Amino acid sequence: MSLLQEERVRERDYLTSEYTLKSWLLTTDHKRIGLMYMVSITFFFFIGGAAATLMRLELMTPKGDILHSPDAYNRLFTMHGIVMVFFFLIPSIPAVLGNFLLPLMIGARDLAFPRLNLLSWYIYMIGGLVALFVLIFGGIDTGWTFYTPFSSMFSNTMVVPAAASVFITGFSSILTGMNIIVTTHTMRAPGMTWFRLPLFVWGHYATSLIFVLGTPVLAISLALLAAERLLHLGIFDPALGGDPILFQHLFWFYSHPAVYIMVLPGMAVVSEIVPCFARRPIFGYKFIAISSLAIAVLSFFVWGHHMFVSGQSMYGGMIFSILSFLVAIPSGIKVFNWTATLYKGSIRLDTPMLYALGFIGLFTIGGLTGLMLATMAIDVHVHDTYFIVAHFHYIMVGGAVMAYMGGIHFWWPKMTGRMYPEMMGKLSALLVFIGFHLTFFPQFILGYLGMPRRYFEYDPEFQVLNVMSTAGASILAVGYVLPLVYLLLSLKIGPIAGPNPWNATGLEWQTSSPPPPHNFDETPVVTVGPYAYSPEATEEAINHERD
Amino acid sequence: MRQHIVSVRTNVTIFLILQLLLVATVALAYVPLGKMHLTTSLTIAVAKAVLIVLYFMHIRWSRKLNWVFASASLVWFALLLALTMSDYLTRDWLPIPGK
Amino acid sequence: MSATETGAAQETTTTADPLLYHHFDDLEQQNDTSILGMWAFLATEVMFFGGLFVAYALFRHQHWTAFVEASRFQNVMLGAVNTSVLLTSSLTMAMAVRSSHLNQRKPVVWYLIATMVLGSAFLGIKGYEYHAHYEEHLAPGVNWDWEKAKTHGERSDYTEPPKASPLAGANGTRYVSDPSIGEKAKLYYFLYFFMTGLHAFHMVIGLIAVGLIAYLAQKNWVSGCGATHIEVTGLYWHFIDVIWVFLYPLLYLIEPGRS
Repeated sequence: MSLLQEERVRERDYLTSEYTLKSWLLTTDHKRIGLMYMVSITFFFFIGGAAATLMRLELMTPKGDILHSPDAYNRLFTMHGIVMVFFFLIPSIPAVLGNFLLPLMIGARDLAFPRLNLLSWYIYMIGGLVALFVLIFGGIDTGWTFYTPFSSMFSNTMVVPAAASVFITGFSSILTGMNIIVTTHTMRAPGMTWFRLPLFVWGHYATSLIFVLGTPVLAISLALLAAERLLHLGIFDPALGGDPILFQHLFWFYSHPAVYIMVLPGMAVVSEIVPCFARRPIFGYKFIAISSLAIAVLSFFVWGHHMFVSGQSMYGGMIFSILSFLVAIPSGIKVFNWTATLYKGSIRLDTPMLYALGFIGLFTIGGLTGLMLATMAIDVHVHDTYFIVAHFHYIMVGGAVMAYMGGIHFWWPKMTGRMYPEMMGKLSALLVFIGFHLTFFPQFILGYLGMPRRYFEYDPEFQVLNVMSTAGASILAVGYVLPLVYLLLSLKIGPIAGPNPWNATGLEWQTSSPPPPHNFDETPVVTVGPYAYSPEATEEAINHERD
Repeated sequence: MRQHIVSVRTNVTIFLILQLLLVATVALAYVPLGKMHLTTSLTIAVAKAVLIVLYFMHIRWSRKLNWVFASASLVWFALLLALTMSDYLTRDWLPIPGK
Repeated sequence: MSATETGAAQETTTTADPLLYHHFDDLEQQNDTSILGMWAFLATEVMFFGGLFVAYALFRHQHWTAFVEASRFQNVMLGAVNTSVLLTSSLTMAMAVRSSHLNQRKPVVWYLIATMVLGSAFLGIKGYEYHAHYEEHLAPGVNWDWEKAKTHGERSDYTEPPKASPLAGANGTRYVSDPSIGEKAKLYYFLYFFMTGLHAFHMVIGLIAVGLIAYLAQKNWVSGCGATHIEVTGLYWHFIDVIWVFLYPLLYLIEPGRS
């Protein structure tokens, strides 16, 4: 296509249809909202990252020397947790990629409730502003888990505003979840039956079940915390008839499924990337689809495994332990199916695939250690040690963040119409992988040896492993800063991408890059299932590309 | 267009049943039922809720999917309640303090 | 290229309908979607109130006696009247929805106004109850004083336990002097105010929504299949009723006749 023709085709894409600030701030276009979310969560990611950097610097030496007090360290890990969990991980894939891609993938013109979508972004920003306010004025020191009675009775920090920021942002999640669920039910294109949906949609649907059913309980737990803190009623004070464990039950009822909010979309992304770069249809499509739902449902049954040593009854602990074993099964099914998809595939190790493969390996390690932790007998020893920290970072960072990065790279050409530099992409993926292992694997050992979490000082015997961890973190940091730079640069100087640079299947690749404001010039009619890849077709496509 | 329009008779009948159930619930509260008070009052409350959901909220004539959404939310609440209380109701079953 | 410029669906029959949003193919899809969306939202509300019901269940289980005693100060009859009022408002709301399906504008508006009146009556009675509790020093965090409440202020809503009550103490006090009962009763009243307060908050929003819809219906803005707005508001209103149907027996009818 000539340059002039390309220019004309690109004239009316969703980015260039209107340029005013108002057209962005009052947009109801799910694609623009997805981009706005991307900017916001990237900002919070780097704030959370800054907190982590300071923590790792402090932990290079056994004594507390960089920070001026243990309180400062407490505030750092709390803000790291709150920002990373509520303002980065939970919205990341669903609000950025989910918002952008879901209507495209199902052949719709927008989500079911576009104005609620915009409202969800504004609510997120308001919550974020309150969180920033708390951060600037010293943060809080309760841990992101806000455990009572410390948070309700003893902490001298701004607990109520911090709880308020999370409360507010929760409504953003709820709206996104409602939108995704209803959209998937009512707005699929003709011929797009449930079992022809891409697994990305299944994964986001399952995630949205958790958004809708879990988040309100978090909201209530924080509201009760605020009431207790302001009115000193004794809800969580045993001396006045209350129970601090009640807070934990209500908090973890959401926060455990929340970790599946963070990982299910990651799995959804991986399910899109792996078939494309192995040039094979996904193995066990229905199993992966149903497993996504199973994970969402089962995730609500297991929250007590965070409370084995909190004072929960032994029998309660046993019930939760057994149920926690169950929830690992559908995750395992997915890992097996992705691996089977790779078997005899024509594997291309492009950047998205590197991230996806990294996800599979690291999530597996994280998940297996999760099984170890579900075992009460082990958990009572490693609870509140670095073993736990390593476990969840393997899943959150090794899993969810890598999947997010993979997804951003995979769909970058679709969202922006530009390609990123492949060598830089591969380099960053490699740096992240190496940096990640160096940062977090030593933490398993540290935890097993007994180093407690949330401590800014430690026994000198742990120093070597801590230094390794900090060294890894610095590599990891480079791995995250690089994409920020080259992805932004690609907007100006990256090669222009066609509608389907990866030769992927899926409706989103059948429209231009970037898509027009209303997504499709004609409503697509679906006649085949997803992932109609074959190595032979790939050969043909590659040969065709060279012409 | 919605397929089904509720008759005035249906609406009023349901309303009257609801008011009767209300009278019943208050009356029974004053009858010495011992341990059965909670069960009785909750059963009547559930009956009222079911009537409101089925008729006033149209579930009886709605898509199956709406029924699924309504039921799922109740099941989830029951899950929260049941598993939380499973901790409290099984405390002190073992001779270990705090377990 | 004209389809691209307008962004409309390929079918042109629906572009004439001003009620159809651009991203829907037809009004039926729009209706189904809106109603499903409201049900999804109500699911979140069930879980939201659910957390409070769990706290209530726990404390009632652990502090049964205190809950019984504390609930004695509730005005059972007034609560029953309130429940009846709210049930009636559900009736008028259901009638409004019915009328909107029949395209009867005036009845729609009247039924919606009736719903608002009944809803306001509910809130008025609630406000009276709150005031009564405040006067009796039963407002936790505001002027809570169990001792003063026990010895009974000027209000006469208070239900006397029968004379043979084992809980009647010496010197004419109606309860055994037990600070822990007072603290536990405080938890009951906190939950009472929080749960009914949250409920009332939802009712206020409901009243505003009903008022808005009534105004719009009066202006003939919604009609025919666009009556989804009324139906969706109705779902919300009935849900609030359902919540109260559970709150009333749990909070007022613990064991009012117990000796």
